[in-house]
Amino acid sequence: MRRAEPVIEGTLFLCALLSVGTTVGIVVVLAAETVVFLQEVPLFEFLFGTEWTPLFATPRFGVLPLVAGTALVSGIAMLVALPMGLLSAIYLSEYSPDRVRRIVKPVLELLAGVPTVVYGYFALLFVTPLLQRVIPDLAGFNALGPGIVMGIMILPLVSSLSEDAMQGVPRGLREGSYALGATKMQTSLKVVLPAALSGITAAFILAISRAIGETMIVAIAAGQQPRLTANPLVPIETMTTYIVQVSLGDTPQGTLEYRTIFAVGMLLFLGTFSLNLVSTWLRERYREEYS
Amino acid sequence: MAAALAVACGGSGGADAALIRIDGSSTVFPISEAVAEEFQRTNPNVRVTVSVSGTGGGFERFCRGETDVSDASRPIRPVEIEACRSEGIDFIELPVAYDGLAVVVHPDNTWSTSITVDELRTLWEPEAQGEITRWNQVRASWPDREIHLYGAGVDSGTYDYFTEAVTGEEGVSRGDYTSSEDDNVLVQGISSDELALGFMGLAYVTKNPGRMRLLGVDDGNPDNGNGPVAASVATVSDATYQPLSRPIFIYVSRTAAERPEVQAFVDFFLREGAALVDEVGYIPLAPELYVLAERWFAERLVGTIFGNGGSQVGVSLEALLTGGR
Repeated sequence: MRRAEPVIEGTLFLCALLSVGTTVGIVVVLAAETVVFLQEVPLFEFLFGTEWTPLFATPRFGVLPLVAGTALVSGIAMLVALPMGLLSAIYLSEYSPDRVRRIVKPVLELLAGVPTVVYGYFALLFVTPLLQRVIPDLAGFNALGPGIVMGIMILPLVSSLSEDAMQGVPRGLREGSYALGATKMQTSLKVVLPAALSGITAAFILAISRAIGETMIVAIAAGQQPRLTANPLVPIETMTTYIVQVSLGDTPQGTLEYRTIFAVGMLLFLGTFSLNLVSTWLRERYREEYS
Repeated sequence: MAAALAVACGGSGGADAALIRIDGSSTVFPISEAVAEEFQRTNPNVRVTVSVSGTGGGFERFCRGETDVSDASRPIRPVEIEACRSEGIDFIELPVAYDGLAVVVHPDNTWSTSITVDELRTLWEPEAQGEITRWNQVRASWPDREIHLYGAGVDSGTYDYFTEAVTGEEGVSRGDYTSSEDDNVLVQGISSDELALGFMGLAYVTKNPGRMRLLGVDDGNPDNGNGPVAASVATVSDATYQPLSRPIFIYVSRTAAERPEVQAFVDFFLREGAALVDEVGYIPLAPELYVLAERWFAERLVGTIFGNGGSQVGVSLEALLTGGR
């Protein structure tokens, strides 16, 4: 048995190395292609240009319309996911009887298991037509429908992580609050919520990062027209949709047009990566406080 | 002789399979590809390779004798004829289908029934980017509402032809519209957007009845139909729907045509092609024209019927073909 030990250890190490290696590989490829891209397109033009038409005869490489599209859809998703997720977390953690919680929580988490392609068509063929009855000017592809659906998709992530954070608040704090004569509502909102705030913030940030990286829903339902706008009623294009669009076309490899997807991917990666870092940092802090 | 027998018998798998090399237009590619697939099913000992170098690139290789058949979405140009002649390559020009581009709006669009080519240019030229964004900027009588544009992606032959016909230069257009290589995305977008205007292959419009409405297109030339003409199989085939329709061709090398497998393939193409043309989304020629083309091929009629060569607007294939040569 003793002799098997180093073998097992080595195997485990290799497994860990594989995932780290993959991440490093992705970063290296993204960076290398982005550097080549930036040699032809100035960084300033890329980051602050307001027109994105890299595939056309008069190419423009301003990524802002794509960033705006991503921000718009993610913003709408957050407007849905954050309040609803937080409220359901408060209910599940503080109010619901144990029996209800044991049923509701897994059902809520089931939402996260629905394939995103299903959500995409749900947004395109159900939510958008429904919204069009109220808002006649709403285009078939728009930011609103997919934004709302994305919010529903992210809701369980927010509620689950927030609830965990609230559950982690020591019993003593609640009991102290009750002992001072506080109601359940006061305890939940004024004691538990602030105590769990860093964990909840971490959950929020993770949710934002998830929304920014979400691909399928927006590729199906939000349109493919890079447009610098805050209007949620018209077709837009997100960074992820653009990458999908170019990957599906016949854009030849090694061209500037092809490298745009790496540049956009790099930007996307940096965005979600830094958000995840912030989220992890917040959760670490929260753990220190109560363990 | 051995090859001839092998082809005739459907082949029992000869040692070295006969090879037919096809190259050229991406527009014609789906047709050639479909025909090649069907042909190889019945002739398993013939291998057909179909590449895409564009019409021009295809002719370059064809005139160097590197390919047997060249796919073309426009008639051969004089310089290409010259190149072929200097290499001693004679070609047989055979029309195989029509390609029609439809301009469509949402069915609930109450204000527009037709559009002129000038208005299309105003709408789609590069200068329009970010400037022409409302319906009344295109025609004053149209409402002061946003216009949402949808169209084929830049990698498609549809885009190439549309830009050539509308802005006058292939591959040149505005870039701020919903562009997709997937026509179903365009159908979905236009059919759910009251302010939409888009262009796509006519086949997709006929396949989705009621979801979009065709606009008549007026090229301002009374010779091919007065006023706006709506796209249909009839108006595309008689070339009154202009400039957004065109015949597409294959060019067969005279020398290659003597090879039994090439002969069998081209005959198959003209005989069975119509159904496949329809299937991949183009408009088949009238049956008489396929018969006529078969006769030309049998008689090895070389040269082009398009005197000037190159893309021609307002070409009635029927008139040209039956007009004698």
